[in-house]
Amino acid sequence: MRVNGVAHPAPVDPRRLLSDHLRHDLGLTGTHVGCEHGVCGCCTVLLDGAPVRSCLMLAVQAEGHDVTTIEGLAADGAPLHPVQQAFHECHGLQCGFCTPGFVMSVVGILAQHPNPTADQVAEGIAGNLCRCTGYASIRRAVTRAAELSKK
Amino acid sequence: MTTRWFGERVPRVEDDRLLRGHGRFTDDIDDGALESVLVRSPFAHARILSIDVTAARAMPGVVAVYTAADLPFGQTDLPILIPHPRLTHGRTQRCLASEVVRYVGEAVVFVVAESRSVAEDAAEVVQVDYEQLPVVITPESAARAEHLVHDDVPGNVAAEMIQEAGAVEASLASAPRRKRLHFRFERGAGSPMEARAVWARWSTAEHKLTVYDSTQSPTSIRGGLAVLFGLPESNVEVIAPDVGGGFGPKIMLFYPDELLVPFAAMKLGRPVKWTEDRQEHFTAVNQERGQVHEVEVGFDEEGKVLALDVDFIHDAGAYTPYGIILPIITAAQVPGPYRVPNYRVRFRDVYTNATPTSPYRGAGRPHACFVMERTLDAIAAELGLERAEVRRRNLIQPDEFPYEVGVGWQDGNMVVYDSGNYPALLQKALTNLGTRPSGDHVGMGLGMYVEGTGVGPYEGAHVQVLVSGKVVAATGIPSQGQAHATVWAQIVADQLGVDVADVEVTGGDTRRFPWGVGTFASRGAVTAGNAMAVAAGMVAEKARHIAADHLEVDPADLELVGGKVQVKGSPDRGMPLAAIAVLANPVRYAFGGGTEAATQFTARPRPGPQLHEGEQPGLEATGYYSPPGSTWAAGCHAAYVRVDPQTFRLEILKYVVIHDCGRVINPLVVEGQIEGGVAQGIGGAFYERLAYDDEGQLRNASFMEFLMPYATEIPAIEIDHIETPSPLNPLGVKGAGEAGVIPVGAVLASAIEEALGIPITEMPLSPLKLFELSRPS
Amino acid sequence: MPRGRHGGVVKPPPFEYHAPATVDEACSLLASLEDAKVLAGGQSLVPLLNFRLARPAHIVDINRVAGLDRIYERDGGVAIQALARQAAVEDSDLVARLCPLLGAAVRLVAHRVIRNRGTVCGSIAHADPASELPAVLLALGGHVVARSTRGERAIDAEQLFHGVMETAIGPDELLVEAWFPASPAPFAIVEESRRHGDFALAGVVRAADRLALFGVAPTPVLADPRDPAKGLQPSGDLEASPEFRLHLVRVLTEKAFAA
Repeated sequence: MRVNGVAHPAPVDPRRLLSDHLRHDLGLTGTHVGCEHGVCGCCTVLLDGAPVRSCLMLAVQAEGHDVTTIEGLAADGAPLHPVQQAFHECHGLQCGFCTPGFVMSVVGILAQHPNPTADQVAEGIAGNLCRCTGYASIRRAVTRAAELSKK
Repeated sequence: MTTRWFGERVPRVEDDRLLRGHGRFTDDIDDGALESVLVRSPFAHARILSIDVTAARAMPGVVAVYTAADLPFGQTDLPILIPHPRLTHGRTQRCLASEVVRYVGEAVVFVVAESRSVAEDAAEVVQVDYEQLPVVITPESAARAEHLVHDDVPGNVAAEMIQEAGAVEASLASAPRRKRLHFRFERGAGSPMEARAVWARWSTAEHKLTVYDSTQSPTSIRGGLAVLFGLPESNVEVIAPDVGGGFGPKIMLFYPDELLVPFAAMKLGRPVKWTEDRQEHFTAVNQERGQVHEVEVGFDEEGKVLALDVDFIHDAGAYTPYGIILPIITAAQVPGPYRVPNYRVRFRDVYTNATPTSPYRGAGRPHACFVMERTLDAIAAELGLERAEVRRRNLIQPDEFPYEVGVGWQDGNMVVYDSGNYPALLQKALTNLGTRPSGDHVGMGLGMYVEGTGVGPYEGAHVQVLVSGKVVAATGIPSQGQAHATVWAQIVADQLGVDVADVEVTGGDTRRFPWGVGTFASRGAVTAGNAMAVAAGMVAEKARHIAADHLEVDPADLELVGGKVQVKGSPDRGMPLAAIAVLANPVRYAFGGGTEAATQFTARPRPGPQLHEGEQPGLEATGYYSPPGSTWAAGCHAAYVRVDPQTFRLEILKYVVIHDCGRVINPLVVEGQIEGGVAQGIGGAFYERLAYDDEGQLRNASFMEFLMPYATEIPAIEIDHIETPSPLNPLGVKGAGEAGVIPVGAVLASAIEEALGIPITEMPLSPLKLFELSRPS
Repeated sequence: MPRGRHGGVVKPPPFEYHAPATVDEACSLLASLEDAKVLAGGQSLVPLLNFRLARPAHIVDINRVAGLDRIYERDGGVAIQALARQAAVEDSDLVARLCPLLGAAVRLVAHRVIRNRGTVCGSIAHADPASELPAVLLALGGHVVARSTRGERAIDAEQLFHGVMETAIGPDELLVEAWFPASPAPFAIVEESRRHGDFALAGVVRAADRLALFGVAPTPVLADPRDPAKGLQPSGDLEASPEFRLHLVRVLTEKAFAA
């Protein structure tokens, strides 16, 4: 499968979850694991461009697909992706644990709705838990990200 | 020093790394570590008849399986972290239980294997034979002592404490009006997004133990491991790397894994790691919030409180590792910002067959606030007065500081409020709240609080200017999202006249700074912040002296600006900090970086030894700050809500916060802390519940059933602030970490009570609870 | 969610993994394997595997089967094949035109990220009593198509749901398609849940004058709009007592029929 544009050999153990494969077999620890039952969203990655919960996929299922993780949004040393930049400007993260999941979800939201209404913003981030921020700054970050993405 | 950075909304230096997915959380660290799983008790109270690990040990891929019998410290009780003379019957658990288990989740067996999957496979074939024993779960049933949690603790009472300021009996008797109230709080949980994790390695070659731990106090863990394993502290390193939220559960120390993982690493000669899973977290990690209160208040026709008598039970859980800090805090904080001329408070800390309790954001203050605020609301209702007016009549006034409450505080001192302006908080909250929205089933809620912050004993900081001119700083306490690296950098940058971007801060790494207490109780800015100012101030002082020698001026004529030390008003007469850093370390051998300037044959300002007596090399300093006592933050929250009369769904129409945390170092960070705190308060008031059944089983140990709010459940919050600087510390700051959560329950209870016209005396609430309360009984 | 071993359990138990490339291959596997579970969207099954609450000996992953993801018009209604993702149904113009009730319902299922993988057929086969799509199928009077090595058969919604997470689909059968009649007007789906995207405490589906309830019985049930709570014996849980569920059924039915 391809992860962040790089081809990797298919995972071997069918019971290996995609989240663990990314983190521990490929060393891409930016994707986090918060609950392993699909509720918290910390593990969200893009599968062929659409946000999915990597804790709810077997790694073997990603074979033949394109996976994008948080590490794939901006190359080392390159400027932050507009969504990442927006989170920074709006103080949309504190401990940073839920952040990669949120960022990938927001990339997905903006792909679907480049000019999201307040409702679409609310709906779009409704599936990710954050315990630190109280969400207001994240809502602002989504709107800011939409602005930055247009430039 | 400049004040360029203090008070500014400086964007965080932590963000880039975290946003790119380059954070380093404890489970991110593998390095060939073996993986492990804890087998835990499925029963709330049981005798262990036998433990059979033969099948587990025999499984391919399993490296070791430990029971208490396999541990040199297997019969040692874990420490009581905060002893207290009134904790007459404190009890702690052992690392692994071998005789009796007293709560679901208590650790029994530790399995180490080549992979997590194999460890889980092996854990499944561990056979433990239990004989179930009777269970007490609610604090009330524990206090009735139908069954004992500990055979040698009569009445299940770990501690009893009574404090009185004034003469409560007499003043109640003579009060024109008296009222009895009853309040009940169920357990709640901090539930950070990152569950706990530990990674350890023992290096035989270096005789050194290295531990990564998602903890709020690496220095304490280091001390404990050094004692347990008989190692010098300098041979034990504990690092809290990035930590995904703490909120209190991670200040509980010496969870069994924190000892077992290092032990296994030492025994097996390979790194070992342990990562909790979410379901496990629910019963394995300390909880809080369980209390039952009986209150009697005496008041006059003006609504002035004359006497307050509070008698409460605190749910300790099965053990008391954290001592009685929580009920002490509740007892101390009930009076809040109000004058209570006669106050008596008694508490009993009772054992139950549930997870032990220790602080979760607010740490006993939400209960105290709820009790006082709901009592004032009851007074208002009885007298037909406005709730805000009753508060106004009872508030401590701005000219009454320092104000002694008459009871003891969690740091061993008495409670003395140092500064504040409570009437201004109330006034501003009401102004910002504005007019009531139209419509039916709308209610207004109001809640004020004070918060003791910045407890000691101390924190320290090390600040150093490198020969490159960059500044590095370190303190013992770790961050869990509170932007320490940014905020301490602001303080240091101001002292040294440099840019925040040029200050690199490390916290929570005993390799970099080995002394300190921890991050908890809204104390970081007060203690570590002031320590940073002290250390950086010492560096600035030293820089001025070295520069004064070389520039031949008086140190008092020098200032630090733009990375230089220069004569005030004469920017052309100065030296870069980098150059001073070089000169601060006289060398024999230059090693580049400008160090030739400090070698033997360069010009010297004065004769004699190059390091004078008492002088140390390097442009660095270590400083400490030890507060004389807590400094008291305060605030007022107000809200309008609507409750749907058919579905009992809660809609928060407007929520305003006015807070006072003294001088604010970074408003962006403080606002974030408040927004997060309020969200946890809303969660704890209307969504989250730990649903224990009569058998002590937690029925909702998953994120599907423990309902933490999503963004759709949390409204926008309006935040405003006033500043009454603390007279107790040089920076004038007060803590702010817990403020957001403290009054939320009281505010929502008050608002819902008005919206529905039914009395609310308990937490948490839910549509089901409101449906049941509104049915005629 | 039932309790596991009190923690330390998040990795699936061992199983044999099969990834058939055709429907026939999938059916052969289901016919020959003992204790096999079909993996489609995985949004319901994988959490159960992670908690080891489901321990099938075999997983038959049908995601490699080509041509099983169509959403197409059939017999005046909409046919949703096994691998059509809920998100695709949400975005489908055909569904919006022919069966907007289904479109509205699918928007209530969890969150978009779950719908990116979850399937409509999977949700129906999983038959959680609190889920929306089985109730929509029932309210509209749709059917599913089940295929096996023995052939293919249609199962009407009213015969499909037997109990909590139990359907008439046999262990050797693969649910290949769900068929929803065109939704009549007026229609409505109204549910009450604790948080956005949560399973419903109670919910109602209105299709003209037909009413189906979910979250209040072991299966979705048809009800009389004039007395929707009649004969209901809902269970209680942490967030809703039986009385509260009955109360909500009446409240939600009133809302659904208010238009």
